[in-house]
Amino acid sequence: MYAEPRLLPCGDSALSVEFGDAIDETVNARVLSLDRKIASQSIDGIRETVPTYRSLLIHYDPFVTTFASLKQDLIPYLRKLELSRINTNRAWSVPVVYGGEHGTDLDDLAAGNNLTPREVIERHSSVEYRVYMIGFTPGFAYLGGLNPSLATPRRQQSRPDAPSGTISIGGEQTALQSVVGPSGWHWIGRTPLEVYAPDRNPMCLLDPGDIVRFYPIASESWQSERERCAAMIRDAVQ
Amino acid sequence: MLYNEREGRIMSRLIITAPGIASIQDIGRFGLQRYGVAPAGAMDAGALRRANTLVGCPVGTPAIEIGPLPVTIEVAGPPIRIALSGTPRTLSIGGEMAPLDQSHVIRDAQRVTIGSARGGMFSYLCFEGGLVCESQHGSGSLDQRAGFGSPLRRRLQAGDVLEVPAATAWHNERSAAEPSAGPACQDVIRVILGPQDDYFYPETIDRFLSTTWRTALSSNRMCYSLDGPLLAHAKGYNIISDGTVKGSVQVAGSGQPLVLLADRGTIGGYPKIATLASIDMDRFVQIPPGGEVLFKAISVEEAQALLRTSGARASVTLREASRYPRINPTALASANLAGLATNALDPAAFD
Repeated sequence: MYAEPRLLPCGDSALSVEFGDAIDETVNARVLSLDRKIASQSIDGIRETVPTYRSLLIHYDPFVTTFASLKQDLIPYLRKLELSRINTNRAWSVPVVYGGEHGTDLDDLAAGNNLTPREVIERHSSVEYRVYMIGFTPGFAYLGGLNPSLATPRRQQSRPDAPSGTISIGGEQTALQSVVGPSGWHWIGRTPLEVYAPDRNPMCLLDPGDIVRFYPIASESWQSERERCAAMIRDAVQ
Repeated sequence: MLYNEREGRIMSRLIITAPGIASIQDIGRFGLQRYGVAPAGAMDAGALRRANTLVGCPVGTPAIEIGPLPVTIEVAGPPIRIALSGTPRTLSIGGEMAPLDQSHVIRDAQRVTIGSARGGMFSYLCFEGGLVCESQHGSGSLDQRAGFGSPLRRRLQAGDVLEVPAATAWHNERSAAEPSAGPACQDVIRVILGPQDDYFYPETIDRFLSTTWRTALSSNRMCYSLDGPLLAHAKGYNIISDGTVKGSVQVAGSGQPLVLLADRGTIGGYPKIATLASIDMDRFVQIPPGGEVLFKAISVEEAQALLRTSGARASVTLREASRYPRINPTALASANLAGLATNALDPAAFD
C-alpha cells in the first residue's frame, strides 16, 4: 500500500486513484470505501466510477471539471476512508459441476500441481472467496482467496470461447466468468447459476466485497440446479 | 401507411437489402462499466452528432453505424428524411448521386445505395424523428456480448425491417453541414502519457512518439492494433489489472500497442503507455486498416483546454442547401448555432 494514493490521468476524461500495487484486501477495501463515499455525495462532473483491485477509475466530464480541480475536490475524501465495512456482508453459495465437459482443464491442472482432481475440487470448494472486482467482460468476477497449492500460471495462448458460467484459475486467482468470452485461464468447472442477465434487475448479482463459496454438484443435476437457482433469484427479486 | 400507437406517429419501413457491417449506435451506455459493460456507442461521435443535427434530432439519437462495406436499403411507406455523415463514400438515392452531410427525402420504393468507405471507416445514417428504439440502461447501442441493442440484439442482416418515422414535411427543403476534416491518413493524433508510462524506459516512450505506426488489419470496434516496432516493457508486462477508457493505449505482452475503443474490455492487465486526447478520437477511429498514424504527447491540461475551446460538443454548423431559400427551423434550433460563442465552462451551454 502506498503512503499516499496516486492520482493518475487516464486521458482527459478519467483519472485513476491508485492505493497500492498489489492484490490485497486492505488496498481493495480503500478502493471500495472511496467508491461508496463518492456515490453518496455529488461531486461536480463525475460520470461513473469503476472499482478495481487496487485503484478506483473515475470517469468525468471535461466540460464540467478539469483534472486539476477534480484532484482538489477529491482530497477531503481521501483523508478519512472508513474501513470498518470491508465486505458487503453478502455471501453467495454457488453450485459448480467440476471437471468433465464443464471443466476440461481440471485433470491437467491437478496433474501439474501433483494433486488428484478430487483434491483440487476439495481445496477449491472449501474456502470463502472475496469478490475483488467485476469487469473485463460483463459480470466477470475476479475472486481472491485461492488456496496457494492451486495457483497455476495462465496459458500462453488465450482461447476464444469460454462458456458462460466457467469457473477458472489463472495465476493466484480464480474467477467466475458469466458470459461467453475469451480466456487465457484454466477451466476447471462451470456453474448453472446465471450471475449476469441483461434483462434482470439486478443485472449482475455479485458486487465487489461480496463473499462467494462454491459447492460441487453432479453433472446430472445441471438442469435441475439451473432451474432451482433461477427460481430462487426470481423470488428474491420480487 | 402505418400508425404506431405507442409512438403516436405515422411510420414508414426501412428494409435492409445489403447489410454490410452495420449496427445501431447512439452516444453509448454509461454507468455499467463497474459491471463489465463497456459503453459501446458510435465510434465517431462527431459524425453521429452531425447526422443527428441535419435531420433535426437531439444529439446522441440512435443512428445506423455503417462500417467500411457497402449497404443498400429500401423504403416502404411514406417518405422519410435521412442524412449520412462520416467517412467519404458514395451515396445514391433512386439511382441518382446525392451529397453526404446533407438531408435528403427518400420516397416509397426508392433504393438507397451507400458505397464502400473511401479512406475512412464509419458513417452514420440518421433519420428525422429517430429510429424506434427502446432504451436499455439509457441507450439503444448494440453490445452483443452484454446482450444489449435495440431493436435488435445483433448487427443488421439482409431482410431486417426497421420502423422509421415518416418525414414531417416533404418538400425539397434541405440542410447541410460544413464538411468534416477528411480522412486522417498520416495524421498526428495527440495523446496524454500514462497512467502506466512508468512501466517503460524513456527511450521506449521516445520510440512510441517518433514512430509512424500502421493500423493492423484486425482493427475492430473493440481495439485497433498498431504495427511497427515492438515496445519493450521496463518492469514486465503484467500490471495489477485495472480500469480502461476509450483511447487507452495498452502495450501487450508481445510489445505491440493496442488502442482500446468503444467495445473494449472494461478492465485490462497490460500497462497503458498513453491515452488518446478526446479531441482527436474521431479522427483516429476513422483511420482504415493500413493507415498511418503518428502520436504527439500533450499535457492533460492542454488536452482539456483544446477540448473546451474546440466547440466539440457545442454545435454543428449548418448552412442552407435548399432549392428554395428557406431555413429549417428544427435543425437550426437543435444545432445551437450560438454554441461557439458561449462560455465553454458553463455546463448549461451544452444542455
